[in-house]
Amino acid sequence: MEFFRISKDIPFMRHAKVFNVISLLTFVLAVFFLATKGLHLSIEFTGGTLVEVGYTQAADLEKIRGKLETDGFTDTQVINFGSSRDVLIRVPLKAGETDRVSQRVADSLAALGDNPQIKRVEFVGPQVGKELAEDGALALLLVIIGIVVYLAFRFEWRFAISAIIANLHDVVIILGFFAFFQWEFSLPVLAAVLAVLGYSVNESVVVFDRVRETFKKVRGMTTPEILDHAITSTISRTVITHGSTQLMVLSMLIFGGPALYYFALALTIGILFGIYSSVLVASPLVMWLGVTRAQFVKPKKDKPEGTTEDGACV
Amino acid sequence: MNKYPLWKNATVIVALILGLLYTLPNFFGEVPAVQVSSVKATIKVDTKLQTRVEETLAAAGIQPTGLFFDPNSIRVRLADTDTQLKAKDAVERALNPDPADASYSVALNLLSASPDWLTGLNALPMYLGLDLRGGVHFLLQVDMKGALTKRLDSTGADLRTLMRDKSIRHGGIQREGNTLAIRFRDAETREKARGVLLDNQPDLELQERQTDADFLLVATLKPEAQKRIQEFALKQNITTLGNRINELGVAEPVIQQQGADRIVVQLPGVQDTAKAKDILGRTATLEIRMVDDEGSANPTVMEMAAAGQPPAGTDYYVERGGRGLLVRKQVVLTGERLTDAQAGFDSQTQEPAVHLTLDSAGARIFRDVTRESVGKRMAIVLVEKGKGEVVTAPVIRTEIGGGRVQISGRMTTTEANDVALLLRAGSLAAPMEIIEERTIGPSLGADNIAKGTSATLWGFLAIAVFMIGYYMLFGLISVTALTVNLLLLVGLLSLLQATLTLPGIAAVALTLGMAIDANVLINERIREELRNGVTPHSAIDVGYERAWGTILDSNITTLIAGVALLIFGSGPVRGFAVVHCLGILTSIFSAVVVSRAMANWVYGSRRKLDKLSIGQVWKPGVATK
Repeated sequence: MEFFRISKDIPFMRHAKVFNVISLLTFVLAVFFLATKGLHLSIEFTGGTLVEVGYTQAADLEKIRGKLETDGFTDTQVINFGSSRDVLIRVPLKAGETDRVSQRVADSLAALGDNPQIKRVEFVGPQVGKELAEDGALALLLVIIGIVVYLAFRFEWRFAISAIIANLHDVVIILGFFAFFQWEFSLPVLAAVLAVLGYSVNESVVVFDRVRETFKKVRGMTTPEILDHAITSTISRTVITHGSTQLMVLSMLIFGGPALYYFALALTIGILFGIYSSVLVASPLVMWLGVTRAQFVKPKKDKPEGTTEDGACV
Repeated sequence: MNKYPLWKNATVIVALILGLLYTLPNFFGEVPAVQVSSVKATIKVDTKLQTRVEETLAAAGIQPTGLFFDPNSIRVRLADTDTQLKAKDAVERALNPDPADASYSVALNLLSASPDWLTGLNALPMYLGLDLRGGVHFLLQVDMKGALTKRLDSTGADLRTLMRDKSIRHGGIQREGNTLAIRFRDAETREKARGVLLDNQPDLELQERQTDADFLLVATLKPEAQKRIQEFALKQNITTLGNRINELGVAEPVIQQQGADRIVVQLPGVQDTAKAKDILGRTATLEIRMVDDEGSANPTVMEMAAAGQPPAGTDYYVERGGRGLLVRKQVVLTGERLTDAQAGFDSQTQEPAVHLTLDSAGARIFRDVTRESVGKRMAIVLVEKGKGEVVTAPVIRTEIGGGRVQISGRMTTTEANDVALLLRAGSLAAPMEIIEERTIGPSLGADNIAKGTSATLWGFLAIAVFMIGYYMLFGLISVTALTVNLLLLVGLLSLLQATLTLPGIAAVALTLGMAIDANVLINERIREELRNGVTPHSAIDVGYERAWGTILDSNITTLIAGVALLIFGSGPVRGFAVVHCLGILTSIFSAVVVSRAMANWVYGSRRKLDKLSIGQVWKPGVATK
């Protein structure tokens, strides 16, 4: 079995502008939704109380909402979680209210009857939420710097810049999806986003590796031709790898339950856009930043006449 | 050419054996157990206790399947949950004859069911996080400012005593925010006081100031002293929490410092958060109250009180020694005013005693009360678990100043030690506030494990089917390498006893999904080499060789993201990051070294090799069969 039977390099670079315009549009759209709708942050970031309750039969959300309202909870969010029998209640943080909120919610629900089972309680104070948001931003920054420095060191600064731009654009698009659909952005989702960042840079690295190798090995090809060649010869691997990873993520999406749902969803979007951006956005960027053969083939004039490639002399 | 030197083969085999060995305990599951630990600091867990537990179990006709002894606890492994409950009851009855005054905590626990030789190798099952086993997690913020003001208050009291001892006249000592201001009539006295303070209070930094007619000496705590006090406060609070949690009977509580001013408390298996919070927030404390002497002297009133009807505004207590006593409800002083409690002896009677030190406000109140109530009786009530007990009720003979109080009367040395410890342990050095709470029910935990595991297994299976179908024998090699990766990862997690959480399981799945990349890279490279007409042997060699650089680069970038998460992540993210980082390391090893070893074992010994089983290799322009 062989999926990819490509005899000639596909001229990706000829359409580079189209790809980048598509990217730019998606990116702008994502930024637009982030700006207008904002992220639906979980209580880990905003602070507040979360109670997960299990009932023996389908729960009446309206009744629960009404009861909580009359018991003095305002702005609570009552939704099903995973199944109609499980209910998730979010109570926003209010000044002066402390960790006793969960107990009061439990009391209210118990008064309502139907024998609710408290399955999970989370309370996050205001100071913790703020720190988490800061730490998340710092982690993102560290990843960006780390990757740029490493790629600049191993390859060339043009590759580093292109890779990070292409992959940050993935991150923004994932966030855009979360903003548009108002999916809950929690700590595991943040972890997924950062993992995706590392993972799609991976992708660019594989292509860049090929670019460097081709630059060194083959003479007389133009830069776009070399990029086309590199992308074409790695495309089989790109698709198979991403397919495999996606199989795993899909399995998480299906079998992982509600706790892993958004985590897997973030990964899915990340993987799909990761293929696209790291190959079709990063490579044109490298081209436009002016990568040339001379940057990879070391000038040999400092070696004495008559030496071989690796400097040996007979 | 496709042969590994002996040491490389040996490395692979050793890694496999170690991985298998440390993964093994995870398959045995856990069996019910009973854990006995001491609640009181004065009572140690020793071999004598072990014999007692053994005898108790034998007397109750219970046959334990194992008995383990460590300096902090005795753990008894039992056949099933029924025996576990029976054993717990029997041991509880034998060790704590008086349930109100328990010396030992007897808790239900789970122990690894793996054979002793594995446990002996330190091969334990993975340590499951609270989201997988159920329990309560609290993050407490210690109010460090509170610790400092508390200390300044007590220093103020010390200074007053000091000035009096050295007969230095001062116009009052007051705490103003984070400073202590001492007023003097003239500069000369101030100079004298300054000298005395410098000698006696090394923690204070002194500054002179002048307002109107007053000569002020302003004392602040030195930064290093502040730091020490705060560190002490945190440690003291951790000790206090530890003592309180002991009473909850939690098998493996975690009480740890996090950052400079936070404490993490994890109580696996605890469901009743209200009770847990109560106990964490409780102060085993001291109350000083006045005795209702008239009431106590009236036999009819006392009879009524003993029957449960004390006169309004009073409580009925039985003093140590058995005599009844009526104590006014109004509290003169509480244990919060206490800065220290030490066991010792009465200097005159040589009776065991507890020496208390009060802070400045406490000392002042105590002095005023004793001055006004000479000849009356004062009760020192120890309030523990919501129940009060009159330790002693002495007659006040003279005014007591200086904030040093001694409790004595019908105490043994051990009791004096206990009371001192309780008072010390019972008081928090600084107030605390719960800033994060997480409770996970046990059913949800089990559910999380089941879902996480099935997601991983189905994903793994799907990848395996595809890889073998697409790459044939090399696919099988890749899948085996992936299995080895899983084995090594689980083994490593078990060995390090890193906490496995649900995001951790997700990371295992994701790592496997990403790790296959390395093998895809290798296999594609080999196919490409074959396509270019290279011989099978050198295709394997060159394929692995060329793919290695790419694999390294791509894994390092992923690792950078993992490490960033590890540094900045907390809670669920950290659990993810730990597994992710370890997984990247094991995947490099298994995808490159282990799979190569396998390819070598399969193909290395064949001198003449025409074809590799790596699926179809399509060559442009050549018709394939």
